[in-house]
Amino acid sequence: MTSTPQSTTIDELVNRRLEELLPLKIAQGVEEALRAREEAKVPALAIIASKGTLDWAYPPFILGSTAAALGWDVSIFFTFYGLGLLKKDISDLKVSPLGNPGMPMKMPFGPEWFQGIDWNIPNLVQAGVPGFETLATKLMQQTIANKGVAGIDELRELSLEAGVKFTACQMTVDLFGFRHEDFIGGIDYAGAATFLPVAREADVTLFI
Amino acid sequence: MHFDKELDARGLNCPLPILRTKKALAELASGQVLHILATDPGSVKDFAAFARQTGNALLASNAHDKEFEFFMQRK
Repeated sequence: MTSTPQSTTIDELVNRRLEELLPLKIAQGVEEALRAREEAKVPALAIIASKGTLDWAYPPFILGSTAAALGWDVSIFFTFYGLGLLKKDISDLKVSPLGNPGMPMKMPFGPEWFQGIDWNIPNLVQAGVPGFETLATKLMQQTIANKGVAGIDELRELSLEAGVKFTACQMTVDLFGFRHEDFIGGIDYAGAATFLPVAREADVTLFI
Repeated sequence: MHFDKELDARGLNCPLPILRTKKALAELASGQVLHILATDPGSVKDFAAFARQTGNALLASNAHDKEFEFFMQRK
């Protein structure tokens, strides 16, 4: 078929118009496909819990249980001192104000003006008084109860109930001389090679 | 406002009101409404975010003095 001069002009015009429109259309299509995929994906959270004091026990369990309540997939890897959070009995978690100038020392009892005082106790005194850490922990536990903040055992239970996956670092279990019987049931024992692919797929990854 | 179930989360702090709400909603049928009472000032923003993320509808969010109430409809 031979083109008449008129149809050549029409072809050129159509081509030029298509070249203008196609990139826009393609970009729009890709954007929509990406958005659809993003909306269909269940968000995932991967946390490394590496600390074993009463205060640091809160963030992994609060974020883990809340993310699960939002419908997210949640995995928490417990390593080093964080392993202590998986022990059957976690009523002995302690908090230390020693060398922690960010921690307010307030009394959870007595009249309001008394509870408002921030006791600035020197490190030397904190270090020298036997049982100071135990006392500070008792006061913190009382404050937690007074303020309606959940206990760590309750948050851990709620996390498990909501389907949060717990993994213990086997290397640390060996290093610290723990036995699997020391820990609650329903947890996996694995290493870094297990965590990394989970973290890679996760939308949010936290080291706590 | 009509509701099918009530959850008293007064005196509880973050994240307990949200976790209890999630549990209570699971016991409702689609379209039923949960009435939540709370005292945690952070719950106002938290319940809005919870609704956005889970697709359950936050029908109303009211503050009275130091108490908050929410009506949430299960999707």
